[in-house]
Amino acid sequence: MKTELRSAPVRPGAASGTRPRPRVPSRFVPVLATFALFLATFGAGSLRYEGFASGQVVANLFIDNTFLIVLAVGMTFVILTGGIDLSVGSVVALSTMVTASGLQAGWPVPVVILAVLALGSVFGLLMGLVIHYFDIQPFIVTLAGMFLARGLCFVIDVESISIKNETFRDLATGIIELPGGVSITYGVVVALLVVAVAVYVLHQTRFGRTVYAVGGSESSAMLMGLSTARVKVGVYAISGFCSALGGLLFALYMLSGYGLHAVGMELQAIAAVVVGGTLLTGGAGYVLGSVIGVLMLGTIQTIISFEGTLSSWWTMIVVGVLLLVFIVMQRAILRRQARH
Amino acid sequence: MTETLSAAPPAATAEPIVDMRGISIEFPGVKALQDVDFRLFPGEVHALMGENGAGKSTLIKALTGVYSVDSGVTRLAGRPVTFSGPAAAQDAGISTVYQEVNLCTNLTVAENILLGREPRRFGAIDARAMRVRAAELLDRIGLDIDPVSVLGSHPIAVQQLVAIARAVAVDSHVLVLDEPTSSLDSDEVAELFRTMRVLRDNGVAILFVTHFIDQVYEISDRMTVLRNGRLVGEYATAELSRIGLVSAMIGRELGELEEVERLATHDTAERSAPPVLRAKGLGRSGAIEPFDLEINPGEVVGLAGLLGSGRTELARLLFGADRADSGRVEVGGNPLHLRGPRTAIAAGIAFCSEDRKGEGLIPDLSVRDNLVLAMQAARGWTRPIPRRVKNELVESYLETLDIRPRDPDALIRNLSGGNQQKVLLARWLVTKPKLLILDEPTRGIDVGAKAQIQKLVAELAAEGLAIVFISAELEEVVRISDRIVVLRDRRKVAELAGPDVGVDEVMDLIASGEPERERAAS
Amino acid sequence: MTTTARDALIRAGRSRLTWPVLALVALLLVNVIVTPSFFDIRLQDGHLYGSLIDILKNGAPTLLIALGMTLVIATRGIDLSVGAVVAIAGAVACTSIAGAADSGGAAAAFTGIGLALLLCAVLGFWNGFLVSVLGIQPIIATLVLMITGRGIAMLITDGQIVTVNNPYYAGVGAGFVVLPVAILISVGMFALVGLVTRRTALGMLIESVGINPKASRLAGVRSRTIVWTVYVFCALCAAVGGLMISSNVSAADANNAGLWIELDAILAVVIGGTALSGGRYSLTGTLVGALLIQTLTTTVYTTGIAPEITLVFKALVVIVVCLIQAPKARALLRRRRTPVAPPNAAAPPEPAVAVETTPTRKVGQR
Repeated sequence: MKTELRSAPVRPGAASGTRPRPRVPSRFVPVLATFALFLATFGAGSLRYEGFASGQVVANLFIDNTFLIVLAVGMTFVILTGGIDLSVGSVVALSTMVTASGLQAGWPVPVVILAVLALGSVFGLLMGLVIHYFDIQPFIVTLAGMFLARGLCFVIDVESISIKNETFRDLATGIIELPGGVSITYGVVVALLVVAVAVYVLHQTRFGRTVYAVGGSESSAMLMGLSTARVKVGVYAISGFCSALGGLLFALYMLSGYGLHAVGMELQAIAAVVVGGTLLTGGAGYVLGSVIGVLMLGTIQTIISFEGTLSSWWTMIVVGVLLLVFIVMQRAILRRQARH
Repeated sequence: MTETLSAAPPAATAEPIVDMRGISIEFPGVKALQDVDFRLFPGEVHALMGENGAGKSTLIKALTGVYSVDSGVTRLAGRPVTFSGPAAAQDAGISTVYQEVNLCTNLTVAENILLGREPRRFGAIDARAMRVRAAELLDRIGLDIDPVSVLGSHPIAVQQLVAIARAVAVDSHVLVLDEPTSSLDSDEVAELFRTMRVLRDNGVAILFVTHFIDQVYEISDRMTVLRNGRLVGEYATAELSRIGLVSAMIGRELGELEEVERLATHDTAERSAPPVLRAKGLGRSGAIEPFDLEINPGEVVGLAGLLGSGRTELARLLFGADRADSGRVEVGGNPLHLRGPRTAIAAGIAFCSEDRKGEGLIPDLSVRDNLVLAMQAARGWTRPIPRRVKNELVESYLETLDIRPRDPDALIRNLSGGNQQKVLLARWLVTKPKLLILDEPTRGIDVGAKAQIQKLVAELAAEGLAIVFISAELEEVVRISDRIVVLRDRRKVAELAGPDVGVDEVMDLIASGEPERERAAS
Repeated sequence: MTTTARDALIRAGRSRLTWPVLALVALLLVNVIVTPSFFDIRLQDGHLYGSLIDILKNGAPTLLIALGMTLVIATRGIDLSVGAVVAIAGAVACTSIAGAADSGGAAAAFTGIGLALLLCAVLGFWNGFLVSVLGIQPIIATLVLMITGRGIAMLITDGQIVTVNNPYYAGVGAGFVVLPVAILISVGMFALVGLVTRRTALGMLIESVGINPKASRLAGVRSRTIVWTVYVFCALCAAVGGLMISSNVSAADANNAGLWIELDAILAVVIGGTALSGGRYSLTGTLVGALLIQTLTTTVYTTGIAPEITLVFKALVVIVVCLIQAPKARALLRRRRTPVAPPNAAAPPEPAVAVETTPTRKVGQR
């Protein structure tokens, strides 16, 4: 495709107004595809099962996946820069462990929450520093982080610790009534808040735009004088923070801390992000896409539970196949772009 | 030739905005720049010319603060300056646009122009203000595109112009364009030139590097020619003929190598055998226009042309390293469908890339493994070369090619450039090819090794091997080749044969070519 | 090869393995201190028993999988799906044997094993296809099977833990021919691969593809076929490892069999000195790495620490090894200033004469 170039300079600011509106820009295609797929899946579910298309089923999609939404948001930051964070599932487990043992030890709830969030952020920050300053592949560093966090869980306790703190339980069971007889938990509000903040940061701040720039071309971003180091380290700190917050939400959901919580959740988060249209090579994607990706995974799970005869492992298979389809699609798009 | 200095500033009263005096830069073992003077005036387009290794890039990097100089002074608008890096140079008003567009194709045009200095409101990026500001800047260079469109959706030319818009967004007085046209077609070049003229008329000083001589004459007001790290001269474009320019770039000083007598034999006696290779209408869009070529046994065919003239591209097509999109190839009289290097190798074609490190060496493997790689690859992994045979083979080539150290177990990364090159040559010679394509085999290696390789080429040809020889040094090509194919602006423009072909004739063709026909073709 | 050259090689090999070997020795010493009888090996009914034998036996699957992983990593790849393949192999074999008419017979055992190997070869073929033909990054390409694989295994076993009672099958993981069969298989495969890659040209071609894919292609190396084959081989190694794990307990647990074994395998390769960036590989190194990991696990057991905490130690080992390997970290240790990166993509090849010399000194001083 070739853009027409006019020789005569145009009035300032008129450029955007005078041209015909382009069709859907290609960068939105993957997200829209996911959204369409989500609607189709959900629609198919509604046609097939009675009571599927209720407001509460939609609300439950959020309620059952608050932690995954938050994780996917953090993961989106990391993947947008072209990195990956394998430690998130383990950090979730560690956070539930710290929460449960902290509460057991009688710490006040706000202190526990702050401690967990700080722990997660510092954990992510350290990984980011190692990745950037020692130039070691994110894959291997976060793999070490994954081992470490998982192992630290068991250092705290090998067994599961249930959470009996009243305040925490109230937070967990608290419900917000929405019109239409639909109710959601506080966790949903937190998750949506995180999404909103992430959208703001990614699109309205210099940090966020630099995240995209680094993912597009790190060397270019550096030559453009952007603070790539801050961004490359920062995204891991953000992911660590999101993992810790996800861990808190998971603790609310499970009301226990356990070293074997959230095994493989990093894979779910990565899958959600990729299915949500974010390029694994970085530079393109949207937080909202990742949210849709999570909802997509949730819908599949809901359908499988509605189906009854289908077993839960179908979820993994379907998710894997979806992942494959999106990866191959991305590859095809990249190849076509390269041919331009 | 024209060695006279005829410096003619655009206006007698003007002060140069950039004035570099006596710049010298030395890398370990290499004098990259020696005592070079360079002046750039406001409101001019100044072409910096020179062949590979002339020092163009080094001079630009010295100007833009990437390298620090060993001696010499740079004055910017009269004040001596030293930059700690590209960012500092940019702050002082020197912006650089590189050959590869160093922007983020996944972001919008506006973002690419303003990233890092976006207008903000309450801490957040003010998208509207950004759009307006970007549109203003695009307007300033006369580019009418939607600022919120994604950069990657535009052709490279437009991306190049956006890079210029970014460069002028910081109120640059000096704009350095390092080979911005190498991947553009003629319409796109015209667009770029239009923008350059707009900027020049606004008083911006533009330093322009290109390989295309026509472009230099079309756009530049003055030029500076470098050769081997030294200043050849500063000229007004109107006063320097094309042949004068080419001879200034290539130079005529031959040093000790010229003492070697002409190596080519030019015996056209036994040409009864079919050509080793015959290419008909072979071409690849954007790389080289369709050409015909015949290569006979025992013949050295030299490819002459400036950097970017298509000489490497032609060689890669013959080897199947890149796919041709038109034409056909016959080897030994039989048609050959070149699907890739393996087909070429099987047909007896060998190719030494100019990029020794990137496309030749396997740095972490030993000399022995590097030497037998192509032969082993052809045999397949199941049929290893017997150890004894391998050792004899390697030893004999280490001996004949005088490769040092004579240790087959040394890692090839630890060898000098010349010895690495000899190992790569040996890699192909052991496969007993019929046609050997050498792309700049003597670049970046010491004089002794260079002479050895030249001699070897002549000997191999005498034994009946057909050779395609590419070199940036015209003397070398002329001395070695039986026949010379001249390339210019990605086209084969002539074929010269016979013992009387001289450097002047080739230079003339490189300089002038057939400009009329070229216009018609594009 | 001259003797001096051979000495040089041996020395080089030694220096690369010095630290892992020392760590291994240290761990063994710790064990002897805690359990004085640690080195005891006794012969009973023609079978060898002892802690060292246990380490080898328990480490056999990891060792085997690390073997396949070494070759994959040597080609600049990685295979995350081996854990899933382990689960699938066990699931296929056990389901097939359990469903056979004569579920205790040799025929059933061999059919089951054959089916498992076949399916896993297909899975490896698939991974190789994604990587070598479609050109998808190895991490991502194999991630698909990593996620899907356990689901497939569950599908095969119908979510149950399938138990079998077949002496022939049990022989693979729990049998003895003086030494446990699992050890013999792993060590045998190791020797075989070492022999095949070093006696034929395969090893060199794999390394050349891993070190410089572009140059290899231009030299006529069949990079695609080599990369493809390596993934198939890695999946086969994982399959055999999976059969060992499952036959050792005569059951297929689709959920837990081979959980995190991909990470252990990668770890073993990295500890053994094969860089994740591909190229030169060391099978001996991988062997040491795998033994080190298994000994570490055993040590944690014998010293009475909760076995789950092994993960912490593994993490520390990964971090230390990677830091030692990272060029940047080495450079920092040598207190070298890192230069401002020059605009790398900016210029055509540098002045010809300067090709060999990186102008670090010239770069603008900060």
